[in-house]
Amino acid sequence: MSPALAIFKRELASYFATPVAYVFIVIFLVLAGAFTFYLGGFYERGQADLQPFFSFHPWLYLFLVPAVAMRLWSEERKSGTIELLLSLPVTMWQAVAGKFFAAWAFLGIALALTFPIWITVNYLGDPDNGVIVASYVGSFLMAGAFLAIGACLSAATRNQVIAFILTAVVCFFLLLAGFPLVLDFVRAIAPQAVVDAIASLSFLTHFAAITKGVIDLRDVLFFLLTIGFWLYASAVVIDLKKAD
Amino acid sequence: MIETQQLSKRYGRFTAVDHISFRVEPGQVLGFLGPNGAGKSTTMKMIAGFLAPTSGSIKVCGFDVQAQSIEAKRALGYLPEGAPSYGEMNARQFLEFVADVRQLSGEKRRQRMDDVIGRLHLEPVLEQTIDTLSKGFRRRVGLAQAILHDPQALILDEPTDGLDPNQKHEVRALIQSMARDRTIVISTHILEEVHAVCTRAVIIAGGRLLADATPTELEMRSRYHGAVSLTASNPVAVKDGLSRIDGVAAVEIDPQDGRLTAFPKNGQKIFERVDGYLREQKVAFSELQLEQGRLDEVFRQITTQPVAEARA
Repeated sequence: MSPALAIFKRELASYFATPVAYVFIVIFLVLAGAFTFYLGGFYERGQADLQPFFSFHPWLYLFLVPAVAMRLWSEERKSGTIELLLSLPVTMWQAVAGKFFAAWAFLGIALALTFPIWITVNYLGDPDNGVIVASYVGSFLMAGAFLAIGACLSAATRNQVIAFILTAVVCFFLLLAGFPLVLDFVRAIAPQAVVDAIASLSFLTHFAAITKGVIDLRDVLFFLLTIGFWLYASAVVIDLKKAD
Repeated sequence: MIETQQLSKRYGRFTAVDHISFRVEPGQVLGFLGPNGAGKSTTMKMIAGFLAPTSGSIKVCGFDVQAQSIEAKRALGYLPEGAPSYGEMNARQFLEFVADVRQLSGEKRRQRMDDVIGRLHLEPVLEQTIDTLSKGFRRRVGLAQAILHDPQALILDEPTDGLDPNQKHEVRALIQSMARDRTIVISTHILEEVHAVCTRAVIIAGGRLLADATPTELEMRSRYHGAVSLTASNPVAVKDGLSRIDGVAAVEIDPQDGRLTAFPKNGQKIFERVDGYLREQKVAFSELQLEQGRLDEVFRQITTQPVAEARA
């Protein structure tokens, strides 16, 4: 077994070793359902699609993904196991990737457990399942991007609460990067090129594009590059901060 | 083999480790001594490949820790300070995880697992969550993890810290049993441990290496080396008589137990003379003893020196 796989396995198992995983999954499913039916007007719209379900995912992730990510590295640093982990024959990348993919897989499990709503909508009508598959892929990619940000910020502090809040704030900013709330603020202090660059970083814009049913390579690449960038940043931060 | 050359670690303007060089051969157990914050743990973390040195180089079994870090880490077993482990796992899962990462498989893996579980008496707690284990067992799980892959070089940061006397004895026996063909470095605060397990001792203070010698050589530096101590019924009178003996530099009375200690003038052997004097004068005495030297005194003397220098 490769070291990265061993770390992945251990990390994923550790979620289920405590009630945390079950609590998280239950809260995720309950909230996803409540938003879809009550706020999204799933029945009232009279359309057989999962638009109201997916449109709330960014907001759900905004609070739930930082909760998963916050312990990723800060706990290792606090308990000192980071010293154990990084003195085993593993490269920094194997450690970063193993832990990240375990957390991502955990989010994937939570997302996959929403399948009853897919069955429901197929039972009630005749939805475009292609759009739904694309939306699931988009949702999973966005969760990964949030998680990578959380992993990096969790490496920066040994306090999980700080990691949670920082991650939520950064994710909120990136989520709304294409919207006036953020752009008006940036426009006041930066030239138009910067404003455009920041606008193109908006998670919501890229996610909305995918949930329309078109998996554009650019949108997928955007999320993958975001993940790659923040994971690289995690490795750098861990290297810098592991001594204290 | 573990070798460091001009090893330094600086944090901003603070120098934690200052040009430390030493070499440990297979069969040797090197004891790392020093006050808290002396740089012992930092040095060990650098050897283990966890921290990168600011300057200098480290070799573990011929592998450069910076350039060939994976090979070096494979050859090395490391017990970090405080023996951290994943608390939510049970002892067996934790060891299986380490075996996975170290890519042990098949017969070798089973044999090594059985060996460390047996050596450290972990059978009764294998299925228990590490968080619920006593301090002694947690430390032993940490030790098991460090020796699981049968490493050629071993770094143990305070392996007996927090253990009861029986457990300390067991861990020392374990270290000795492994010492024959391996390179072992341990850090400790307990000076008796140096005698019990170390073939060599290094004293570090303020990040600098201040002494590198065998425990016996270190003791010889003590004021007490070659001194003679005894208990007498009339210590004040005996003190007078003893201090007139040729070769005796000074005589002290311990204020607590009233024991007399006669210190020799530089390196002279005074035991016979003191013994002769006592018999001649028919002094009532007991527990006449030739002192080997006191490590704790040497330790204090060496490690407080830099402070005195800095003040001067």
